Amino acid sequence: MSEILLALKGLTKAYPGVVANSDVSFDIERGEIHALLGENGAGKSTLVKTIYGLVKPDTGTMTLNGAAFTPAEPRAARIAGVAMVFQHFSLFDAMNVAENIALGMENPPPQREIATRVREVSEKYGLPLDPSRIVGELSAGERQRVEIIRCLLQDPKLLIMDEPTSVLTPQEVDILFETLRKLSAEGTAILYISHKLEEIRSLCDRATVLRLGAVVGDCIPRDTSARDMAELMVGAKLQVPTKAERAVGRGVLVLNGLSAPAPHQFGTPLRDINLRVRAGEVMGIGGVAGNGQDELVAALSGEMRTANGMVMLDEQPIGKLGPNARRKLGLSVAPEERNGHAAAGDMSLVENAVLTGAVRQGLTSRGFLRWGKARAFADQIIKDFDVRTPGAANTAGALSGGNLQKFVIGREILQAPDVLVVNQPTWGVDAAAAAAIRQALLDLAANGAAVIVISQDLDELMEISDQFAALNEGRLSEPRAANGLTVDEIGLMLGGAHDMEVAHVATS
Amino acid sequence: MDLSSINPILLLASLMVAATPIMLAAIGELVVERSGVLNLGVEGMMITGAVCGFIVSVSTGSPWLGFIGAAIGGAMLASLFGFLTQYLLSNQVATGLALTLFGLGLSALMGQGYIGIKSPSFPDWHIPLLGDIPVIGPIVFQHDPMVYVGLLIVLAVWAFLKFSRAGLILRAVGENHDAAHALGYKVKRVRMLAIMFGGACAGLGGAYLSLVRVPQWTEGMTAGAGWIALAIVVFASWKPGRLLLGAYLFGGVTVLQLNLQAAGMAIPVEYLSMSPYLATIVVLVIMRAGRAPGSLGRIFHASR
Repeated sequence: MSEILLALKGLTKAYPGVVANSDVSFDIERGEIHALLGENGAGKSTLVKTIYGLVKPDTGTMTLNGAAFTPAEPRAARIAGVAMVFQHFSLFDAMNVAENIALGMENPPPQREIATRVREVSEKYGLPLDPSRIVGELSAGERQRVEIIRCLLQDPKLLIMDEPTSVLTPQEVDILFETLRKLSAEGTAILYISHKLEEIRSLCDRATVLRLGAVVGDCIPRDTSARDMAELMVGAKLQVPTKAERAVGRGVLVLNGLSAPAPHQFGTPLRDINLRVRAGEVMGIGGVAGNGQDELVAALSGEMRTANGMVMLDEQPIGKLGPNARRKLGLSVAPEERNGHAAAGDMSLVENAVLTGAVRQGLTSRGFLRWGKARAFADQIIKDFDVRTPGAANTAGALSGGNLQKFVIGREILQAPDVLVVNQPTWGVDAAAAAAIRQALLDLAANGAAVIVISQDLDELMEISDQFAALNEGRLSEPRAANGLTVDEIGLMLGGAHDMEVAHVATS
Repeated sequence: MDLSSINPILLLASLMVAATPIMLAAIGELVVERSGVLNLGVEGMMITGAVCGFIVSVSTGSPWLGFIGAAIGGAMLASLFGFLTQYLLSNQVATGLALTLFGLGLSALMGQGYIGIKSPSFPDWHIPLLGDIPVIGPIVFQHDPMVYVGLLIVLAVWAFLKFSRAGLILRAVGENHDAAHALGYKVKRVRMLAIMFGGACAGLGGAYLSLVRVPQWTEGMTAGAGWIALAIVVFASWKPGRLLLGAYLFGGVTVLQLNLQAAGMAIPVEYLSMSPYLATIVVLVIMRAGRAPGSLGRIFHASR
């Protein structure tokens, strides 16, 4: 079991202005589950892209099974037995499962045979999947199964998984882990990338930690606490957000039987949502992606209009008002997609600050922009929320994901809204920035605002919310006090795993 | 008005001829758009094909060689578009519009010495046996060969997209170019090939006008056919079968309104002239279902 499958030696890759990987060396053994840890921008993605043949290293060598391994393209890597499940799914929405799988294979057999093999493999590893379904209609968990089965059909020796659990329910995570353990017992090595340290502790045999492109340490995750691993990643002490005691006020935002048809072909209709969020309260809304989160956010922000009485702010019906009218009344929203929805990537941070701040901050007068005031507002966001950028004149698209997220959330919080709705506030954001954003949300609630946090990260919701409700196929469960909810109860609220079963192959 | 002057068999027969140029141009553009590229230069490629085909067939005396020359001419102009948009990452809409203007000017320049000449034409191809069937024979089986070549191209494109591996890759590139790149497919190469195919088809469509339909060379003779082809691709929801229907519908109403004009229908000619456009758009909008390829018109850069 302890032979080395893949050895990396002195891998270095520099892009103009940054060194993505600097002298990275470590080994992956046959059949082990090896974790790769690091903050955003630590160079994990570049490293796995190097192994998968998408990036050529400047210097350094790789050895696979004792032979030199220099994949010129993903095809070569796949032939050598390296398969990869991507963080942002590399699937084609308008095509069916079998077509998607065929696209990821070398010399694929005819479609009918693929369908049979998909059924075999999904049976063997407990990943049920219908080969003729259109991928755009699948849930996130099912979409990931497509990716995994696509890899498994090629009998990989090394399976790379980039943040596989960020979109799964707890039950789906359990089943994924069962499958991965099974694979590892059969001799497949797995390189596992995740932010979620508890998962790594329960799953992985060894871990290598990257910081700023270099290996800063390794550890046995089972024997290391999550806190120690996090500090190794960040290189500093970690601050855990603190929940201050606070008085809960009256209902500020009330949803009365909010229903709306699906806005587009792959959308979810909202079905009779009732909710009362009170001042000073953080309402956490969980749920697997694609169960109505985007639609709920659109209905709250005013991008999607509903019957007037379905959305009430301070006992005033606002269901027919547009986003700016709602902002004026004190309801702010920070949507999930930060570049392109929450912010316009090609515009400067000052201009982006104006886009949502104009009404409440008085950044316009008689139809003209007040640039001085706008710049001061943008600078204040940058300063208060530690947005790392050379200046407010930089474009939003030039910021890293975490920094742009801090800017977007900060922009809304500084406008002191009475109700703030955020969707996936820390998605793809590193640990330190995530902690800062969560703290800011808690502080806003402590100052008497109602905060709705929609997220797929249950740990995050448990950390900051007072009340928890779950979205499932456009329906919202009855909210419950977040304190004392168990993982199983949450899983049931999320609607359980979707027709998943634990792998039942005999481990031979 | 004398409706009896309209011969229904001749009307239906000329429908297939009238539909062929836009059908050829549209099927090429359909492949281009399925690969994720929006080439608005169809009109320019058509007229370039028209003049190239005319010049080649006049100098060689062979309409077949003329069509081959037209396809090459259209593909060359299209590869200019491909180079600009795929390698220099220029904006597809602006480049496509420029291509139309460039093609119109270039064709006028190339066609200077060819105005007023008649091109060697195809004899109508009276298919033995099939062409002798009463009614159906003259409608369907007594045309020039390019009508059938056009239909074969549509059929081949349909089968290519539906059944072949290469067609699957082409659709994948158009649906999500980042994912296709991550899987190791050559996005730019696939798109360049699609763009050149689109140019060749547009060239054939243009040459059909200058060699069969008219048949002589006039500046600006495509008169907006390229734009109709673009519209038909969109309203046909990027599906070859519907594209065929749209092209025939457009061709049908075109010949019908010409016949009505000749029969002295008591409505202003302008209304009759606009009727093919209106009818095509109305019918295809009613039938419309389906969505654009996911990466349509987006610039691909492999840096991510």
